[in-house]
Amino acid sequence: MSSEVIKRQRHSLAHAPLLPALVDALRKLDPRTQLRNPVMFVVLAGALLTLLLALLAGPGSPGFGFALAVAAILLATVVFANFAESVAEARGRGQAASLRATRSELTGLRVVDGREERVPASALRRGDKVRVTAGELIPADGEIIEGLATINEAAVTGESAPVLREAGTDKSGVIAGTKVLTDSILIEVSADPGDSFLDRMIRLVEGAQRQKTPNELALTVLLSAMTLAFLIVCVSLPPMAGFLGVELDYVMLIALLVCLIPTTIGGLLPAIGIAGMDRAMRANVIAKSGKAVELAGDIDTLLLDKTGTITLGDRQATAFHPMPGVAIRHLARAAALASLADPTPEGKSIVRLADRQGVREALPTDSTVVEFSARLRMSGVDIPGRAPLRKGAPDAITRWVEQAGGHAHAALHMTVEQVARGGATPLVVSEGKEVLGVVALSDIVKSGVRERFARLRGLGVRTVMITGDNPLTAAAIAAQAGVDDFLAEATPEDKLARIRAEQAQGRLVAMVGDGTNDAPALAQADIGLAMNAGTQAAKEAGNMVDLDSDPAKLLDVVEIGKQLLVTRGALTTFSLANDVSKYFAIIPAIFVAGIPSLAALNVMGLSSATHAVLAALIFNALIIPALIPLALRGIRVSAASGDVLLARNLLLWGVGGVILPFPAIKLIDVMLAAVLGA
Amino acid sequence: MAEILLTFFIAITAAVPLGWWLARTLMNAPMPGESVFAAIETPLYRALGIDPARGMNWRGYARAFVLSNLVLAVTVFLLLMTQGWLPLNPDGVGGMSWDLALHTMVSFLTNTNQQHYSGQAQLSYLSQLAGIVTLQVVTPMMGLALAAAVLRALVGGRNAAQASEGEPRDVGNYYVDVIRLTLRAFLPVALALSLALSWQGVPSTFEGVAKATPVDASAGMSEQLIPVGPVAPMVAVKQLGTNGGGWYGPNSSFPLENPTPLSNLLQSVALVVFPMAVVLMIGPLTGRRRFAAMVFASMLTMSLALAGFALWAEQAPNAAAVGLAANGAHLEGTEVRLGTGLSALWSTLTTQSSNGAVNAMHDSLNPLAGLVPLVGMLINAVWGGIGCGLVNFIVYVWLAVFLSGLMIGRTPELFGRKLEVREIRLLSLLVILQPLLLLGLGAITLATPTIAGTSNPGFHAVSQVFYEYTSAYANNGSGFEGLGDATLWWNLSCVLALLAGRYACLLIPLAIAASLAGKRVAPVTSASLNVEGPVFAATLLAVIVLLTLLCFLPVLALGPIAEQLALGTTGATP
Repeated sequence: MSSEVIKRQRHSLAHAPLLPALVDALRKLDPRTQLRNPVMFVVLAGALLTLLLALLAGPGSPGFGFALAVAAILLATVVFANFAESVAEARGRGQAASLRATRSELTGLRVVDGREERVPASALRRGDKVRVTAGELIPADGEIIEGLATINEAAVTGESAPVLREAGTDKSGVIAGTKVLTDSILIEVSADPGDSFLDRMIRLVEGAQRQKTPNELALTVLLSAMTLAFLIVCVSLPPMAGFLGVELDYVMLIALLVCLIPTTIGGLLPAIGIAGMDRAMRANVIAKSGKAVELAGDIDTLLLDKTGTITLGDRQATAFHPMPGVAIRHLARAAALASLADPTPEGKSIVRLADRQGVREALPTDSTVVEFSARLRMSGVDIPGRAPLRKGAPDAITRWVEQAGGHAHAALHMTVEQVARGGATPLVVSEGKEVLGVVALSDIVKSGVRERFARLRGLGVRTVMITGDNPLTAAAIAAQAGVDDFLAEATPEDKLARIRAEQAQGRLVAMVGDGTNDAPALAQADIGLAMNAGTQAAKEAGNMVDLDSDPAKLLDVVEIGKQLLVTRGALTTFSLANDVSKYFAIIPAIFVAGIPSLAALNVMGLSSATHAVLAALIFNALIIPALIPLALRGIRVSAASGDVLLARNLLLWGVGGVILPFPAIKLIDVMLAAVLGA
Repeated sequence: MAEILLTFFIAITAAVPLGWWLARTLMNAPMPGESVFAAIETPLYRALGIDPARGMNWRGYARAFVLSNLVLAVTVFLLLMTQGWLPLNPDGVGGMSWDLALHTMVSFLTNTNQQHYSGQAQLSYLSQLAGIVTLQVVTPMMGLALAAAVLRALVGGRNAAQASEGEPRDVGNYYVDVIRLTLRAFLPVALALSLALSWQGVPSTFEGVAKATPVDASAGMSEQLIPVGPVAPMVAVKQLGTNGGGWYGPNSSFPLENPTPLSNLLQSVALVVFPMAVVLMIGPLTGRRRFAAMVFASMLTMSLALAGFALWAEQAPNAAAVGLAANGAHLEGTEVRLGTGLSALWSTLTTQSSNGAVNAMHDSLNPLAGLVPLVGMLINAVWGGIGCGLVNFIVYVWLAVFLSGLMIGRTPELFGRKLEVREIRLLSLLVILQPLLLLGLGAITLATPTIAGTSNPGFHAVSQVFYEYTSAYANNGSGFEGLGDATLWWNLSCVLALLAGRYACLLIPLAIAASLAGKRVAPVTSASLNVEGPVFAATLLAVIVLLTLLCFLPVLALGPIAEQLALGTTGATP
C-alpha cells in the first residue's frame, strides 16, 4: 500500500463518525442485544432496579436524588460500553465500505454457451464465466481461466504499479473492482454475491453477526462467573447485616455490585475483538474468521517459500568460474552464446554479465537453439562448425559430456560445491565433450527480511524456508536471510509432510503460499495465508488472504493476534485490580450508618457516604470511554520474552490498577463535595 | 520466634525425604522394604480382585474414588447408629441421632473431622478405632491419590509417550495408589509418631476410664473420672493426616493429648509435614522440579506471611485489658502451658494445612489473629489438606495461567496444553461454588437467629457462623467453638458444604486436568509463559489474594474486622 493511501485512510478513520455511534449505542440498550454481554446486562438491570426503587420511594423521600444519580451513572456506564462497540464497528465498517465502494454498480459480460450478455454484478453466481477486456472493471472475485492481462489493483491494494495475471499460473486470481489495463481475459467467478472474502470480513466487524472467538468466549465465561460470584456476595450482605441490626441501603448495594463486577473489561471486550479484525483489514489481510486472527498470535513455526519472499525471485549470474586451463573469456563467450536465445531472466543475466566483462556475441542465423527441457535439465545451442554448447545442472552436463566420450574435469566437483556453498546455484557450461566451467547464479536476498525474521523470532516464531534449491545453496541463503531452518529440494508432498511433522511436535504452523500445489499445505497448516494474486484453490484452502500479496505480512498478523490477547488480559487485570480501591470507598460507606467503627476503613477520607459511592461509580463509568482509544489501538506487543512481557503488564495494569483509582476517586469526591456541598 | 523457625525447619527437613518416598510409592518404583510391603499388598490385590498393572482413565479413577467412598460411608454410618449394641464399649456410650451420625460420618469421610459431638463422651472405642481412625487413615491417602491423578494428567498421563492427540490418558490405578500410599507411607510414619507421643506420656490403653480421688474434696467432688484409651495412635493419625479430630473434646490443648513441649513441637511439625511432602513429590513424580520449587516457594511465602501476622496480632494484649496492670500478651482461651506464640503458630498451621486440630480456642484469639485461620481456610491452598491442598493450588495456577497467558499474547497454556472454553467453564464452577456455599449458607443461618446457636452477640457471632461453614467447605474441621452446632440445621447444612468441598473440589480439577491431558503439546519458546519463575509466582499470589479478598472482604468486615475496630475504639464488644 502506498504511504499516501495509508495516510488518507488513517485520516478518515480518525474522524470516525461519533454521533451515529452514539445513536447506535443507545439503540443497543435493547435488553435482547445486551444479553450477549452478561456483565453489562447486570449493570443495565441494576440501573433499572435503582430507578424502580427511587420511583417506589417517590420524589421527596430521603435518598431520592441519590438513587436517581446512581441510576443515571449506571445507565451511562452501559451506554459508554455500547459506544465503545459502536465506534469500533463504525471504524471497521468505514474500512470495509471503502473497499466495498469499488465494487458497487459493476456490470459484467457473462458468457453462456458461447453467447455473451451484459448483466449486473449482483446477478453473477459462483461458476459463471465473464469476459473482461482492457479498460473495464472486473465485476466479481474470480480466477482467470483463459488469457493474460495487466491489471491495476490500486483500488483495492493501493499499489499503483500494474500487475500481471495469467491463466494457468500461480498468479491467476483477480479481485472485483480492479481494472484490466491490457488484453482480454475470461474469468470464472469464485463467489456468490455477498459471500466473497470481503463480505465475510465485513461480517467479522459487525457486532450483531460476529462470532465470539475461542479466547474471547473463554474470557466471557470467566467474567460471567465472577459477576455471579459478586452477585452472591452482595445478595448475602443484607441478611448478615440484618443479624447485627444494621439495615443496608439497597441502592448502595447495587452500586457495590456494579463496582465489583468487571465492567471495564466487560464493556470493552466486544470493541477489542472488532478492533482486532479491523486492524487486520487495515493491513489488507482478509481473514475468513476471527478465530484465525486470534490463533495467529500462537504461531510457533512459519513456513514460507524462498522465491519472492526471502529473495527477489530472479536469480542473477554473478561470476564465471572456468576450469583449469580454460580462459575466463572463453567461458564467458560460450555461456553468452548458449544464453542468447534464452528468454528467462537467468539467461538474460548471463548475457549481461558477459557483456560487462567485454564479451559481446551475436548468434549466427543458421544456428539451432536447444530449448530447456525439464527432462534433460539443460539448454544450449548448436552452431554449425562448432561443438555443441550446453549449459545446465552439474549432473546433467556431466552425463552429457560423458555420453559424448569426454569426462568432467576433476576440479568441477569442487568448484560446483564452492559455488553452492556460497549460496549461489551452479550452472555448468560445456562445449562438445569439454566442460568449460561454472556460472554462479545468485539469489539476491531482499532487504529488510533479516530484521523481520529477527522480530518474528522475538515473538517466538521459528521460520522455515522452503526451496527447490540443493541443500548447500539453501543453507547459504538461509544463513544470509537469518531463517531458523530450511527445507531443500522440496516437493509439494515434502511441504505437507513438514507441516505434519511440526504439528506432531505440538507446534502451531503457519504457511504462506500462492500456487495450486500449495493448497494442501495451506489447508493442513493452522494458519494458511494465501496471496490474493494466487490461484483460487490456494485462496480457498487458506484461512486468510493477503490483498497485497506480501508474504512477509504474516508478521503483522501475528502481532495483531497477540495484541488482541494482551489487550484483553491487561484490561481484565486492570478491571479486577480496580476493585480494591472501590471496596475501600464503598464498604465504609455502606456500613458506616450502622457500624460507625468501620469508618476507619475510609482511608481515602471521602467526604460522605453518598459522595463515596457516587465517586466510585463515576470513576467506574468514566474509565470505559477513557480506555476506548487503547482498546481500539491495542496494547503494543514488543518482541520480549514471556517473563519480561508478563512482568511489565503486571506492573502497569495490575499494580497500576490497584493504585490509580485511589487518587482518581479522591479527586472526583473533592469535586462532588465542591459542587454538591458536603 | 526461635521455636517457630525451628518448627518450619524440622518440618521442611522431614518433608524432603518423605516427598521422595511418596513419589517412589506412586511411581510403583522399588523401594526399601519392598518384599515386606509386597507380601501384604499382593494378597490384598487378589482378595479385592484388583489387577495392579491396569491403569485407569480419569472417569474410571473418579468412579473408583466415589464407589470406595460410598462403601465406607454406609459402613461407618451404620456403625455410628448402632454403636450402643456393639462390643468394645466399656463406658456404655449409646447410638447417635441420625443427623449427628450423618454429619460425623461425612465429616470424617471428607478428611475434615469437623466435630459436632464430643469425642470421648459420644463415641465407643469400636467407633473410634474401626470407624473414625480407619477414615482418618485412608481418606487423606484417597485425597493424595486424586492429587497424583491430577498431576499425572497435567503431564499427559502415564501413557503420554504412546497416546495420540485426544486419546484417553492413563492417570493411574486408584486402588493401587490408595493401598500403596496407606501401607508404605502413612502407616509407618504414623506408627513412629505414635510411639514418640506414648513416650511423652500420651495414654495408649484399652482400659476404661481411670478413677481418681481428689486430694481436696472441698469442691464437693469425691471422685474424678479421667477418660483414657488408645489416644497416642489416634493423635498421631489426626495430626499427620490433616484430620484434626482428636480423642478429647478440647483436642491438643488437653494435657493428656499434648503433655509436653516436645509433644507440642512434634505435633506442630506433623500438621504440615505431609502437605509439604506432597509438594516436594511433584518433582520426581512429574519431572517438573522447577514447577515443584515454584509451588513450594509460593506456599511457604503465604505460610510465613500468615504465621507472622497471626503472631504479631496475638502478641497484643486483650483489648479489654488495655491499661490494666496485668498487661501482657493475650492469654484468654490459651493453654498457659504453651503460651501465646505456640498457640498462634499452631492456629495458623492447622488452618493452612486443612488439619483443624487445635491447641488453643480460636474463638478466643484476638480478632485479627482469628482472621488468620479464616484466611488460611478461605485460600485452602497454603499447604492445604493432603492432596486436596495441592489440587486447590493447581486451580489457582490455572486461573493465574489464564490471566497471565493473555497478558503475554498467547492462548493460555500450562505445560504446553491450552486452556480453552471447556476448561474455563469447569473452573468457573469452582469460582462460584465457594462464595455460593459459604455466603449463601452463612446468610441463611444469620437471617434465622433461632437456628444459628451462636454463643456471642454481634460481630463475633458473624465470625463464628462464617468460620463454621468455611471450615466445613475447606474440609478443615477446626471449630471457632462456642457454637451450639449439634442441631439438625447445622448438621445438614454442614454436610452440604463438606461434600461440595471434598468431591467437587477434587473431581472437577481432575476433569479439567484430564481434558488438558489429551491436547496437542506446544513446545516451549522464549515467548511462552514461564510458570516456573518468580514473575509467575507473584502473579499467582496476587490472584489468590485478590480473589479471596474480593469475595470475602465484606463478610470479614462484618466479622473480625468490625470487631477489632470496635474493640480498638470502645474497648468492649458491642
